[in-house]
Amino acid sequence: MDRFVFLTVDGLSRGAVYAAFALALVLIWRAARVVNFAQGAMAVAAAYVAYSVSAATGSYWLGFLVAIVAGLLLGALVDRVVMRHVDHASPLNPVIVALGLVLVLQAVLGMVYGNEFRPADVPFSRSALTVGGVAVLSPYDLFVFATIGVVVCALAWMFARTAVGLRMRAAAFAPEVSRLLGVNVGGMLTLGWALASGVGALAAMLVIPTELGLHPHAMDLVFVSAFTAAVVGGLDSPLGAVVGGLVVGLLLSYVSGYAGSDLTPLAVLVLLLAVLLVRPGGLFAPVAARRV
Amino acid sequence: MSATRAALPPRQRAAETGDRPLDRGRRGSTLLRHLAVLLVVGLVLVAVSYAVEPFRNFQLATVAAYLCATAGLTVLTGLNGQLSLGHGALMATGAYTVALCQNAFADRGLTGGWLLALSLLAAVLGTVAVGAVVGVAAARLRGPYLAGVTLAVAVVVPALAVTFDGVFNGEQGLSVPVEPPPLALGAYFPYERWQLWLSGAATLLALLLVANLVRSRYGRTFRAVRDDEVAARLAGIHVARTQVLAFVVSAATAGLGGGLLAMLAQSVSPGAFSLTLSLFLLMAVVIGGLGRLAGALWGAVLLVALPDLTHSVTELLTLSPAVAQRLEGNLPLAIFGVTLIVVMIAAPGGVQGLLSRLGRGLLARWPARRS
Amino acid sequence: MSAADLLVVRGLVAGYGAAPVLRAVDLTVPAGTIAAVVGANGAGKTTLLRALSGMIRPSAGQVVLAGEDLGGTPVEQLVRRGMAHVPEGRGVISELTVDENLRLGGLWRRDRADAGRALDEVYQLFEPLARRRRHLGHQLSGGERQMLALGRALVGRPRLLLLDEPSLGLAPRVVARTMALLRHLRDRTGLTVLLVEQNVRSALAVADQGVVMSLGQVVIAAPAATLRDDDDLRHAYLGF
Repeated sequence: MDRFVFLTVDGLSRGAVYAAFALALVLIWRAARVVNFAQGAMAVAAAYVAYSVSAATGSYWLGFLVAIVAGLLLGALVDRVVMRHVDHASPLNPVIVALGLVLVLQAVLGMVYGNEFRPADVPFSRSALTVGGVAVLSPYDLFVFATIGVVVCALAWMFARTAVGLRMRAAAFAPEVSRLLGVNVGGMLTLGWALASGVGALAAMLVIPTELGLHPHAMDLVFVSAFTAAVVGGLDSPLGAVVGGLVVGLLLSYVSGYAGSDLTPLAVLVLLLAVLLVRPGGLFAPVAARRV
Repeated sequence: MSATRAALPPRQRAAETGDRPLDRGRRGSTLLRHLAVLLVVGLVLVAVSYAVEPFRNFQLATVAAYLCATAGLTVLTGLNGQLSLGHGALMATGAYTVALCQNAFADRGLTGGWLLALSLLAAVLGTVAVGAVVGVAAARLRGPYLAGVTLAVAVVVPALAVTFDGVFNGEQGLSVPVEPPPLALGAYFPYERWQLWLSGAATLLALLLVANLVRSRYGRTFRAVRDDEVAARLAGIHVARTQVLAFVVSAATAGLGGGLLAMLAQSVSPGAFSLTLSLFLLMAVVIGGLGRLAGALWGAVLLVALPDLTHSVTELLTLSPAVAQRLEGNLPLAIFGVTLIVVMIAAPGGVQGLLSRLGRGLLARWPARRS
Repeated sequence: MSAADLLVVRGLVAGYGAAPVLRAVDLTVPAGTIAAVVGANGAGKTTLLRALSGMIRPSAGQVVLAGEDLGGTPVEQLVRRGMAHVPEGRGVISELTVDENLRLGGLWRRDRADAGRALDEVYQLFEPLARRRRHLGHQLSGGERQMLALGRALVGRPRLLLLDEPSLGLAPRVVARTMALLRHLRDRTGLTVLLVEQNVRSALAVADQGVVMSLGQVVIAAPAATLRDDDDLRHAYLGF
């Protein structure tokens, strides 16, 4: 039972990160109909920038802040410099270009920082607090929950309640009509990329210290898990992405706890295939799945 | 539609799919032409294998191995429109099959040149099995979903080597015992030349089959499904079956390529079949020119030549060993990535597209200049 | 061109791909009037509106709105120049609520207070919309979508309203109401309307000026009453 509680909390903490990362994927998917396969590499790049800043200044928090800013900028840059110029007539094209970005980013990181793991700092202890003799959750887990909770709520508020959010949604749903109504659709798209990339960078900052450390490929498996989470939730649903993230986190935690951590990659693949073959629109698909 | 087709007599069936007697004649000549090309290329390869130094022989052999995989991926992505980021994993399947077979033979004390052929055949069959499973799933998926699943395959399959390290020996990988060249070729026959012969022969055979497939009725159904699934379905093409077939064919060649790589390196390890390899393969077919077999050749050449080239360049610069190592490992990746992006944005036809455009341009000018 | 002409179009050429759909269109719409563009299918009516609002880029010609040349103005800037375009099929964003759709029409405005007032006025003008503020676009009837699209354009307080086939798929009663509303807006607020219609009778009934297009050109522009009443003209150009 103790172990179950521990694994559940651990899974939720991991799942919160997947949720944020999946949310970032959904943001871009809704805005641009592109699954950003470069999101993992972009997030790692932001994390490396944070690493450099933290190493130079000795401040974790300054690095944390810089990572998010770097993520925002990188997202905007990728949209403006690369994705904007890709012919979206075939859905293969943006995917291939995103993969090209993966190669470039990982190579540049490897050239600058080397291809070895670097330890990543945590601002709070990762040893679990015990409640009534049961190890429940660590201060770091609390930090993860709080940060992602704030970000998810802030995004939800922004999209539902603010003028910018309304513009972004309108631009995503009906770009032509939105332009006729004076919405700068291109700008909204860039903003969407920036926000998604910023959220991705935040997720990377939170998850990398809990894994092997900083490495150009540090987010590869996280990306696959988050993609699975987004698919579980249905690529079009932000709420689905959050729930999907938590589901994937829990599943991986139980698999790793009860069956061995080596099996988690396989579990992700099986879950992804199962969801896609049984319910291609995701568990929260409102109507019959759209064929993409 | 398929029911009516089955009921038709063979002659008429052929007519329906466009194989008129005229075509039949041409198809026969297609096979002959491919055979002729194969023979010429084979002879040239043998000549080249004597002309160049052993290291170049090894490199050419590696090009041949990659060519298997890129040709298969060309069929899948270029002709059938299915994106696969998992071909590195399929190559890994072939490579590990060859490793396991060769080790099993060696453990049992079996020797003989035909054993390697058996191992390669097993690699093809094993990969076909894996490819069929992935292909059945892939046939139901489109666009980003398919990309995501195959990406997951590419990330997860190499990790399995660690999960089941009892069989695959974890990160260390397995060694692949390969026999020396037969004594009939002489005592001092360079091993690398022998490798090129083997690798080249297997690849040419695979290419012959693929090239004929591409020109056949199946090739046309592949393209029809890529261009417009609904229209293809209305024309009586079984879309899902066609997609699975394309996946299986490309898996078979990827498996052969992986098996050849294992034979060339005489070892396999998960590190050699990472996600990066899958991305490399995709990049190779895109840069070469999606949907053109000749493009697959350009891609395979690039895969071998570019790292070699960057190696030479980094050697020219005077760098500290650590920096040089970082550059050498990553510079080709960066160049590949940038090229991939630039090609996708500026020249979606790839190298082969540029060349054939150039060729057509020259041909168009030729008569004008003569007159 | 007189100072009273809100929209002046000269030699407008536009189309999709190589072949132009519009071949040198000339058109003048005085301020505070309703102009109805009529003509057969494929005459280029919709293309004319799309070229005016910049959704397709004209290859030649000039569009002048209130004395300002609109050449090269990006689509999203045109609302700021006082042009509102209700596209074919109305362009209601079905994933957004009625209220969100309407607010979107005034988001570009600096004068937030007046944008709010305009929103209230639209709700007063279209009672049914006020009752369905929280409903999503796709839950509305055809008539309600029509109101929403019109209302959304009006929230931006345009000087020139481009309307593409407002009668399409609507009951005659609803069409009559829409036409009456256009007249009301013209008289009350001085709104200028350029209306594209298949429904020639109801369009000419409400319009001040009738513009007949054929094969990408304006073949006749005359007072609507003339077109309505002159049997020869009507037979020759409108076929009834």
